[in-house]
Amino acid sequence: MTELPPPSAKKLGLVIDLDTCVGCQACATNCKEWNAGGHAAPLPDFQPYSAGAEGVWFNRVHSYEAGEGEAGRTVHFPRSCLHCETPDCVTVCPTGASYKRAEDGIVLVNAEACIGCGLCAWACAYGARELDEDAGVMKKCTLCVDRITNETIPAPQRQPACVIACPVSARHFGDLGDPESDVSKLVAARGGYDLMPEMGYRPVNKYLPPRERPAPNPNPPAEAQPSAAEIRNPLLRWLDRALSR
Amino acid sequence: MPDTHLPPRMTGQGDRVETQQPIGDAVKTTTCYMCACRCGIKVHLKDGRVRYIEGNPDHPVNRGVICGKGSAGIMTQYSPARLQAPLKRVGPRGAGEYAEISWDEAMEMATGWLREVRATDPRRLAFFTGRDQSQSLTGFWAAQFGTPNFAAHGGFCSVNMAAGGLYTIGGSFWEFGEVDWDHAKYLVMFGVAEDHDSNPIKIGLGKMKGRGAKFVSVNPIRTGYSAIADEWIGIRPGTDGLLVMALMHELLRTDRVDLDFLVRYTNAAWLVVRNPGGADDGLFVRDAEGKPLSWDRVAQAPADAATPDMQPAIVGDFTLPDGRRAVPVFQLMAERYLGAEYAPAAVAERCGVPAERIIRLAAEIADVAFNQTITLNQPWTDALGRRHETMVGRPVAFHAMRGISAHSNGFHTCRALHLLQMLLGAIDTPGSWRYKSPFPRPIPPGPGPAGKTSAPNTPIAGNLLAFPHGPDDLLVDEAGNPLRIDKAFSWEAPLGLHGMMHTVIHNAGAEDPYPIDTLFMFMANMAWNSAMNPLETIRILTEQKADGSYRIPHVIYADAFFSETVPYADLILPDTTYLERWDCISILDRPIGSSHGPGDAIRQPVVKPDRDVRPFQDVLIELGARLGLPAFVKEDGSPRWKDYPDYITNHQRTPGVGPLAGWRGADGTKKGVGEPNPDQLQRYIENGCFWQHKLPPEQGYFKQANRAYLDDARAMGMMGQSNQIVLQIWSEPLQKFRLAAEGHGAKQPPDRLRGRIRTFFDPLPIWYAPLDQQAQDAAAYPLSAVTQRPMAMYHSWGSMNAWLRQIHGANRLYMSRATAERQGIAQDDWVWVESRVGRVKGQVALMEGVNPDTVWTWNAIGKRAGAWQLSPDSPEAERGFLLNHVITEWLPAQEGFRSANADPVTGQAAWYDLRVAVTKCTPGEAAQTAPHPTTLKAPPNMPAVPGILRRPGR
Repeated sequence: MTELPPPSAKKLGLVIDLDTCVGCQACATNCKEWNAGGHAAPLPDFQPYSAGAEGVWFNRVHSYEAGEGEAGRTVHFPRSCLHCETPDCVTVCPTGASYKRAEDGIVLVNAEACIGCGLCAWACAYGARELDEDAGVMKKCTLCVDRITNETIPAPQRQPACVIACPVSARHFGDLGDPESDVSKLVAARGGYDLMPEMGYRPVNKYLPPRERPAPNPNPPAEAQPSAAEIRNPLLRWLDRALSR
Repeated sequence: MPDTHLPPRMTGQGDRVETQQPIGDAVKTTTCYMCACRCGIKVHLKDGRVRYIEGNPDHPVNRGVICGKGSAGIMTQYSPARLQAPLKRVGPRGAGEYAEISWDEAMEMATGWLREVRATDPRRLAFFTGRDQSQSLTGFWAAQFGTPNFAAHGGFCSVNMAAGGLYTIGGSFWEFGEVDWDHAKYLVMFGVAEDHDSNPIKIGLGKMKGRGAKFVSVNPIRTGYSAIADEWIGIRPGTDGLLVMALMHELLRTDRVDLDFLVRYTNAAWLVVRNPGGADDGLFVRDAEGKPLSWDRVAQAPADAATPDMQPAIVGDFTLPDGRRAVPVFQLMAERYLGAEYAPAAVAERCGVPAERIIRLAAEIADVAFNQTITLNQPWTDALGRRHETMVGRPVAFHAMRGISAHSNGFHTCRALHLLQMLLGAIDTPGSWRYKSPFPRPIPPGPGPAGKTSAPNTPIAGNLLAFPHGPDDLLVDEAGNPLRIDKAFSWEAPLGLHGMMHTVIHNAGAEDPYPIDTLFMFMANMAWNSAMNPLETIRILTEQKADGSYRIPHVIYADAFFSETVPYADLILPDTTYLERWDCISILDRPIGSSHGPGDAIRQPVVKPDRDVRPFQDVLIELGARLGLPAFVKEDGSPRWKDYPDYITNHQRTPGVGPLAGWRGADGTKKGVGEPNPDQLQRYIENGCFWQHKLPPEQGYFKQANRAYLDDARAMGMMGQSNQIVLQIWSEPLQKFRLAAEGHGAKQPPDRLRGRIRTFFDPLPIWYAPLDQQAQDAAAYPLSAVTQRPMAMYHSWGSMNAWLRQIHGANRLYMSRATAERQGIAQDDWVWVESRVGRVKGQVALMEGVNPDTVWTWNAIGKRAGAWQLSPDSPEAERGFLLNHVITEWLPAQEGFRSANADPVTGQAAWYDLRVAVTKCTPGEAAQTAPHPTTLKAPPNMPAVPGILRRPGR
């Protein structure tokens, strides 16, 4: 019901490194704080000091285990809007509130046109939509659209809040439509992948898989071969060692 | 997918996106206090309210990043749990009946109690300050008051780590040292879930992983950092020391040790007297001037161990000119750790780590240390004046924290880890662990603790928390009984460097060693998650004597929030938040130095308090003046300082040395030492609220023996001397305690403690089963139980935070799936966790990444109903639980005496020695945690709790 613009050359998005994410929630709370006063404000919290506390968050970090026992892994998985190239969350919108920007591909919601019907949330396979039940408006990650070109902010900080917060540098922001961008190169080098590609939404955001674990050192240094006497008394090896203070 | 029935909508029609809005109308820098890590932050303000907090990109600690807690600081700032005004108790203790009073009345009340205590027996004040970052003030205040009974929370946090390091390498992990993140090729981390230096560790791990370096995590639990480790070793809790000693065994067995490093930088070649039973047994052989001696292989005679280029023997049994026998330290060390009991096969079962894996780890570590060295083309000059053209590094680094220190064998485990670093030559070299300035310090640093005497209206000279060199420095009376209420620096905890806050209330309740009058606490939740056995703690706080008076007559508590401890105080002094006050991350306490150089920091107020509250440090300074403490009043008796910033700027501990090291001198040009500068705080603010001195490259490594570094450190007042700091494999101070236990010397332990001192003051690291575990039936309590702080709440004062509690609202008991299945326990089951002293109820979550013999939970999530302005039905109170309820404060009594559940060397609280059995609840028992004490009543006039938060702080 809402049309997508022609594909843009610029495809702004995030690259998230699952190899280094420690699940610290830095991205989640910095996102919450920025956006609670930003373009999509407010991000209300319901029953904040009692049972059932629940609020609107654009970025949530989940932890999973894969595999059994010591051979398994614990994976921390940050989840937010992937700013898909062909997002059903936009096309299902009956009012045109949900849209994809023609110039850079950011998926946004026009709060004034949103009727809070929730169709987009049904359409999004990634669970990235967050309904503000207080205002009756659907909200979502804006890729910090009010930061990334904001000239009142120093240039190095003109990045999404989740990216500048991340202590392990597991989050990267850039133009994934430009094969020469740092993020595109990172995706190429590390085998970055689409989340649930079978859905056909063609997410712009990419995830970098955990690296293969290094094999045990194949060439451990040779052990010294002690003499029979040294085996009886290992201290003999060091008896005549010439050492200089 | 165009819909034929409706006209297609124009995409984004009419949406207005304001992309050039300034963040706020003002921005101020300060230092975060959402945990202990002291990151620099920029606080954006709008209409005088906090709008947004971000990391300060220029700050040396966090370099622009911010953690999950830091951003949530805005919700702590506007928490409805903030205390509103001074309070006076008007009902029974614990009933929560309070009346608001004026600050003047509050100060009068406190002064009245304290004046009487000071005029009679100042020791009857116990002043303990919890998560205090102003210890250079609070400790000084206590000494001026004249009580030895002062400490912060270090005794129940990580004193084992501090003591183990400071008595061995003159530094440690956390604030004392860090990994060389730019060069390390192999990192082994022990027992770290989340801990001090949280952002620097994360920044560093990101760098290391990016470079393809290997990261090994030794931890019973695979969360957080362990989750991204290249290798996770799910060790059994409390056995890390054995694993480290097995690695040492392997390195020695295969002769992969850095002998050059050992003879140049450690006491490996120092001679130790062998005279079993004699008063000098185990002490170093020294010359007439007291200098330690080595055996010169060329001269075949003892010689000053510091003689340049001398060729010392590292093994051999030598007869000294005076006829005594002596052996080098290296030999004693090698003999011990080559022993069969430390062979990988001998420790494998106990550690839960296969022998082949230990052997492989040792080989990998040795390969990196010795075959993958790093050479920096950086000339430097050593302490003996010899120039070296390069800096050669062994790029194997280690880091460890509470997981190994919070055991009763933690001191020796920490020392063992430092011995391992020394064997590898991997201390302050490129790619290894490095000192953070002002460390290294002399071993041990400075003189022993003050407090041997106390007298009415008389200050105690010296530092209350300092470094015993031997039994003569203990704080004990003629009979060997403790002089401090917490028994730190007594024979029960001779190296109790950080005090023993966890014992104070229990000892005061037992009037052992003596009764106290006033318990004065700051920011320490001793009636809940900071106490071992909190219900017993509460019983003592409310205990009345036969005459109806309280066992502890007066309790004063300063805190910014309605914590579980508030209802047990007679007088509440409400503090400001960290964004409302001045503070000082002092060079005299725990500064923000790094391996790149010394540094310190301040907090400045960025918002005005909207309540009748005062910064605790201002209150303390005023109390000092009201009491007439000499350093807090002028000659005419008027207050010496008007507030904390005045003190920070103008106080001089020794001539030219004050709380801050930067911009000293009248014109602000001096570093470290210089007269007070009236503009000092302004200069800090202009620089982002921190000061850092960057070391020149020739001072970057080998600081323990780097001539230029040592000279500059002395000139800047960081050390009283500039001699080489020789790393101590064999610890003579420990041996002095052991000799006392054997009957030598004037200061003698009570007979009941002789065996304990003799055993645990081994001058070389030892391993023993955690003490509480030795004392009980292992079959009855088959599982270890430990806690971790989640990254989003680590060391956080106020986990009632509206955002953070959505992330962690109720903790579970995490259990190995295989272990649980054997017991018929399933996901979400309610279980009893039972130890030898009690039981607590919680809900199970199963996981794979946990040692099968270990259960664990997130710490300090569980809250008492009613506290922190959370509704009583909150998950924190209904389902959250504390393992504290089943952790004993005492080891089982022996011969009528009971010792604290603590490390016998340092008094470190042994939280992680806990053993439990887990059993399924009956269906009727499910759904609510137990114990579940009565709901606390909020103080008067606390703010209303909103049902919905739209804008933070509105």
